[in-house]
Amino acid sequence: MSKIRIQIMLCSGTGCHSTGSLVLRKALDEEIEKQGLAEEVVVIETGCNGFCAVGPVMLVQPEGIFYQKVKVDDVPELVTEHFLKGRPVEKLFYKDPADKKRIPIMNDIPFFTHQMFRVMRNKGIIDPEVIDEYIGRDGYFAVAKALKEMAPEDIIETVKDSGIRGRGGAGFPAGLKWLFASKSESDVKYVLCNADEGDPGAFMDRSILETDPHAVLEGMIIAARAINASQGYIYARTEYPLAISRLTIAINAARKYGLLGKNILDTGFDFDIEIYEGAGAFVCGEETALMRSIEGKRGMPRPRPPFPANKGLWEKPTILNNVETLASIPQIILNGADWYADVGTETSKGTKVFALTGDINNIGLVEVPMGTPLKTIIYDIGGGIPKKKKFKAVQLGGPSGGCVPAQYLDTPVDFEEIAKVGAIMGSGGAIVMDEDTCMVDMARFFMDFIQDESCGKCTPCREGTRRLLEILEKICEGRGEPEDIDTLEELSAMIKESSLCGLGQTAPNPVLSTLRYFRDEYMAHINEKKCPAKRCIPLLEFRVDENLCKKCGLCHKNCPADAIIWKKKTVAVIEKDKCIECMTCFDKCRFDAIF
Amino acid sequence: MAKLTIDDLKRIKESARRNLALRSEKGVIDILVHMGTCGIEAGARDVMKALLDETEKSGRTDIRVLAGPCGGMCGVEPTIVIKSDGAEPVIYQQMNPDKIQQVFASHVQKGEIVTAFVKAPETTGE
Ligand SMILES: Cc1cc2nc3c(=O)[nH]c(=O)nc-3n(C[C@H](O)[C@H](O)[C@H](O)COP(=O)(O)O)c2cc1C
Repeated sequence: MSKIRIQIMLCSGTGCHSTGSLVLRKALDEEIEKQGLAEEVVVIETGCNGFCAVGPVMLVQPEGIFYQKVKVDDVPELVTEHFLKGRPVEKLFYKDPADKKRIPIMNDIPFFTHQMFRVMRNKGIIDPEVIDEYIGRDGYFAVAKALKEMAPEDIIETVKDSGIRGRGGAGFPAGLKWLFASKSESDVKYVLCNADEGDPGAFMDRSILETDPHAVLEGMIIAARAINASQGYIYARTEYPLAISRLTIAINAARKYGLLGKNILDTGFDFDIEIYEGAGAFVCGEETALMRSIEGKRGMPRPRPPFPANKGLWEKPTILNNVETLASIPQIILNGADWYADVGTETSKGTKVFALTGDINNIGLVEVPMGTPLKTIIYDIGGGIPKKKKFKAVQLGGPSGGCVPAQYLDTPVDFEEIAKVGAIMGSGGAIVMDEDTCMVDMARFFMDFIQDESCGKCTPCREGTRRLLEILEKICEGRGEPEDIDTLEELSAMIKESSLCGLGQTAPNPVLSTLRYFRDEYMAHINEKKCPAKRCIPLLEFRVDENLCKKCGLCHKNCPADAIIWKKKTVAVIEKDKCIECMTCFDKCRFDAIF
Repeated sequence: MAKLTIDDLKRIKESARRNLALRSEKGVIDILVHMGTCGIEAGARDVMKALLDETEKSGRTDIRVLAGPCGGMCGVEPTIVIKSDGAEPVIYQQMNPDKIQQVFASHVQKGEIVTAFVKAPETTGE
């Protein structure tokens, strides 16, 4: 047997799967075999690398060379030139948009240099489907320590001292939650993992599960030991087939090794985990609704108290934590509370994973220390806004959150600081919007989502969100009246105050935060019947302005309906009867000459 | 598979680490085989295979065997370069699997340079 000299870490997260990593794997294997390198060069599929924007991506080790947008056609050259002859293929290196330079080494790429990997420490290093590789990276040694060397009180104390707060949105201290549940008297208790991830645009939890499923299982075993539970459930949405398949493989492997089940590591402690597949309703991410759903009932929230720490799943003491929270636990146990708390701000410790998406160059998954300014995430890591457009705002916390406009981009990632500017940390969804986004339309989009997802149990949420949506639609269609703004604000305050659960209580946030920062846009829609961002179709004229038109003909050439008349050196004219209002000309015109 | 004990866990970790070393640890010794067309023509593939065999046999995880582009020494291929932490790189010329065994046993394992095969400095960069 000879030694493997090259390991190709091929990203096999959902993002890269969709850009072609599965066919790439096959092509690589075949070509490596063909060129006689099968004994020296192997392909290993890993979880999400994070740099989804340039997928499929791969990292060639031990050199650390990063290849992006690799196509099947590139494979023969890659194998001959790099793997056989040792000449890395430059055209597949990442190209820095700033200076057009190619960057061969992954860790030199700005997207990676500003990040800090704790939750995602195994990303791109291990094969998530091989338990031994997780163990090779200290996996399950936190369980060993927690079961053998620590009393349940020590575990809770360590988690409390680390300062870790829940990553699912509300930011409740994990140690405190565990303490309450540990004090509840009962011979049956449960540990639940929330992998529902219902925010539009969020994919942190999915990626963590796809990348390092054992870290989540390990976190759950430690939590179970802390409160003395013997059964756990992972509530994951059916729409996450890859995450569920990797979790299933992980659970089976852990059971085989006796890391789940009876008498774990010969310590006398029993704990097992099952996956419960949810149908993907947003409200089922809310803790009490989630528990009802696992019980087999319709997922609807109930008033609290009683809190789940006293009466949760099947009325038994229960803790529910988010995927990222649980994946952080093993490192806290192994390295200690001080190690964890060394990173972050006064009230927000550790790192936070964000799913960066929207109008941003480097769409992907990023992990930064708490305290990192939003500006760093958007410009240094995210690479700024595409097509030289201007940044307008970033929506944090999805439909429950708010937007942060340009003037507040210095705000650090910190639960309290983000709340001060009217948004929330949320679970890590960060949707970036450029100058072409209409903020009224954005609020309308989220309200449409919310009223659809409202479970209907309480009136303020069920009826109130509908009314909010109607008013927003009215404004977007040019039928808004000045008093609508007051109604939006009054209704929002009422819904926030009187809704039963977090869904309704946070539902008006997108409306309130856009009103706070972009009230003039609402006024333009209402008073001038104009949409300044030119997104609301009923408010557009589909007319070319003679003075602004530079007669370039781009609109004419791109119109799919042949509805634009143009000849060289003449102003373009849109034929109303042919126009299908598709907005292509608005996007193509470089002079903002279409209204 | 029987239930693991903590000792089993440690054993699995050690053996997994060998496989993970290439991805997560820095090498102490880099051995570069020049793989230009001239090198391959002169037998660099066999040299590479011999090196990989020796490395595997040694059980060491701190050695990285790398392919590198033509070093411009076409007259004396196959050539390899051994870079150990803190030492000057040493170029060996006209390698074959037999010589590789000697170089590996002596230079890589014991730190003793096999001067007979070392490429003379004045011919560098031909
Ligand atoms: C409507 C609604 C949806 C929620 N969706 C999620 C979700 O998808 N994932 C999640 O972890 N928490 C979600 N939460 C928060 C959970 O109720 C709960 O606070 C969280 O899972 C607790 O874990 P943590 O303390 O580790 O953050 C949601 C809350 C509400 C009100």
